[in-house]
Amino acid sequence: MRTMTFSEATLEAMQEEMRRDPTVFLMGEDIAKQGGIFGQFKGLPQEFGFDRVRDTPISEAALVGAGVGAALTGCRPVVDMHFADFITCSMDEVVNQAAKLRYMFGEQCVVPMTLRAPDGISKSAGSQHSQSLEAWFVHTPGLEVVIPADAEDAKGLLKAAIRSDNPTLYFEHKMLFPQKGSIPDDADFVIPIGKAKTMREGADVAIITYGITVGRALEAAAQLETDGIDATVINLRSVWPLDYDAIADAVARTHRVVIAHEAVRVGGVGGEIAAFIAEACFDDLDGPVVRLGASHNPVPFTPTLQEAVYPKAPAIANAARRLVRREI
Amino acid sequence: MAHVLTSPPVSHDAGLAHLRTMIRIRVLEEGIERHFLAGDIPGFAHLSIGQEAVASGVCSQLRTDDYIASTHRGHGHALAKGTSMRSMMAELFGRESGMCRGKGGSMHIADFSVGMLGANGVVAGGFGLVAGAALSAVQRKTDQVAVCFFGDGATNRGPFHENLNLAAVWNLPAIFVLENNQYASTTSTAETMKIKDVAIRADGYGIPATIVDGFDAFAVADALREAVARARGGGGPTFVECKTYRVRGHYIGDPERYRTKDEVAEVMRVDDPIVRTQLLLGDALSPAAFEQIWQAARDEFADAVAFAQASPPALPDDAFFGAYAGDREAGNPHHTSAERERDALLERP
Repeated sequence: MRTMTFSEATLEAMQEEMRRDPTVFLMGEDIAKQGGIFGQFKGLPQEFGFDRVRDTPISEAALVGAGVGAALTGCRPVVDMHFADFITCSMDEVVNQAAKLRYMFGEQCVVPMTLRAPDGISKSAGSQHSQSLEAWFVHTPGLEVVIPADAEDAKGLLKAAIRSDNPTLYFEHKMLFPQKGSIPDDADFVIPIGKAKTMREGADVAIITYGITVGRALEAAAQLETDGIDATVINLRSVWPLDYDAIADAVARTHRVVIAHEAVRVGGVGGEIAAFIAEACFDDLDGPVVRLGASHNPVPFTPTLQEAVYPKAPAIANAARRLVRREI
Repeated sequence: MAHVLTSPPVSHDAGLAHLRTMIRIRVLEEGIERHFLAGDIPGFAHLSIGQEAVASGVCSQLRTDDYIASTHRGHGHALAKGTSMRSMMAELFGRESGMCRGKGGSMHIADFSVGMLGANGVVAGGFGLVAGAALSAVQRKTDQVAVCFFGDGATNRGPFHENLNLAAVWNLPAIFVLENNQYASTTSTAETMKIKDVAIRADGYGIPATIVDGFDAFAVADALREAVARARGGGGPTFVECKTYRVRGHYIGDPERYRTKDEVAEVMRVDDPIVRTQLLLGDALSPAAFEQIWQAARDEFADAVAFAQASPPALPDDAFFGAYAGDREAGNPHHTSAERERDALLERP
């Protein structure tokens, strides 16, 4: 095992996959000469050349459209969206082209494209640079959606996304880039898409989460422990396909569930998980399923406002505590 | 700046090849129209009658491994690129033997075996696919070229501008073939843009442009020959505006309140691309030989319809599979998910 930052882990994933497969190439704004806004592409053009690491015009529709076209014809493009919010400028290409072509064309083709989308609430980035939009893409058949929680996930899921024959959205939280974590040494280390990871086990309550909120849930679990409450924390890693078995298993073992994510709660992925639990795990429940997510308003700019709108460790711990104590 | 090509000298063999292709497209599309109106074909269908010279002229200059992306009006492009009438008619009839297993229909016909990257239900949907296919040829170091067919309406959408710029700045082997058929859906081009020649837009991206008579398959082929040579030789993209006309309505069943019958009749009287090619070939093409081309096309179409009708319909069970690579393999998470969806909706024995 080695220690490195989340950003370095994604860089290592890119290096290994580009060495392994000459059809992998990378394009996006500010990535080649600038090295990416988080330094996540630093040194790649020096090793692989500016043909395989391309700076592009600010043309999201063309980038994703060309990514789809290249994927249809024998390449494995990785398209960096700069900020996840800007996927909205290429929605036709994601939703009507990438997601549909394989099915609509009777499986004549595959679309092995990866979209890297730095998302989430960071330091006063404001309403148009702070969103977590995964639910839209879970709702669109034909796409895979993976969301790393730490450096290990960052590497293993990015490699899996690049190797996947399906169009895969890779949402990487901006605040995770500098965080350090341990990485397995194996150069072929890949995390299977659609498999969750149990981060800790506890019999009293399961916190089901993904992405940056996994860290917040682990913090909450540590707080709960001081209150004598043992929490399980499930890191979903993929939000589509969802690991329904892992969810059902956690419910069967704990009987109480808190679902948490940084994306807006209303219409979020948590709703799908809660509905699944209601349908498939009804008899296992000892209390209502609790969902936490960002409030239903744009993310504000000022720190005092920004910090109020999404669930952090105290809110998660509080919900779990009240659930276990039958206060909700 | 765009320049206008005049008709080049005529080669008899090339003329015969264009006639065969254009007549096959005409017979196919008139047949689709009949079967659509008879209720055999579900969904929407958009016909390119009158525009056959563009499909024939363009595809006559391409190799099988070159790529094309088409529009919602794509039967002619697909046929000219080399797809079979059988697999297309089976698709339009909604059969499992169709080129898209009955999941695409007229608006989404595709044949990757001949480089046909699909008709597209989204206006301007093909630009990105073509820029990407051309980029892929560069990345894989092949000399393939990629051609985007599109209409005048598509040039008012953002992806047209973004992808022309990208293809130009990256010097991609892409060719942009505009079929200016005078109508964007039901609205005339005169009402949707202030310029007469769309080709001048290419200038803004540094792409050389040509304007050709889109009823003249030779003129289209000539422009493409030059464009393909430029693209294969590393000279980057070309824009070709083919001035043509949409003889049928936007879709089969369009009441066409926006134009007169006389307007349409006059175009076909003067400019029917099949008649014009026949005239160009002159006495070298006997009436019997001409009739033989038509008969061969009719026979091919009848065979395709018989094939489609004899094919079993697509079965409901298949609807739940195919969106994801791997979803037909037991144990794959997409397979499990597809089965869950199927079992929720279909009654199982």
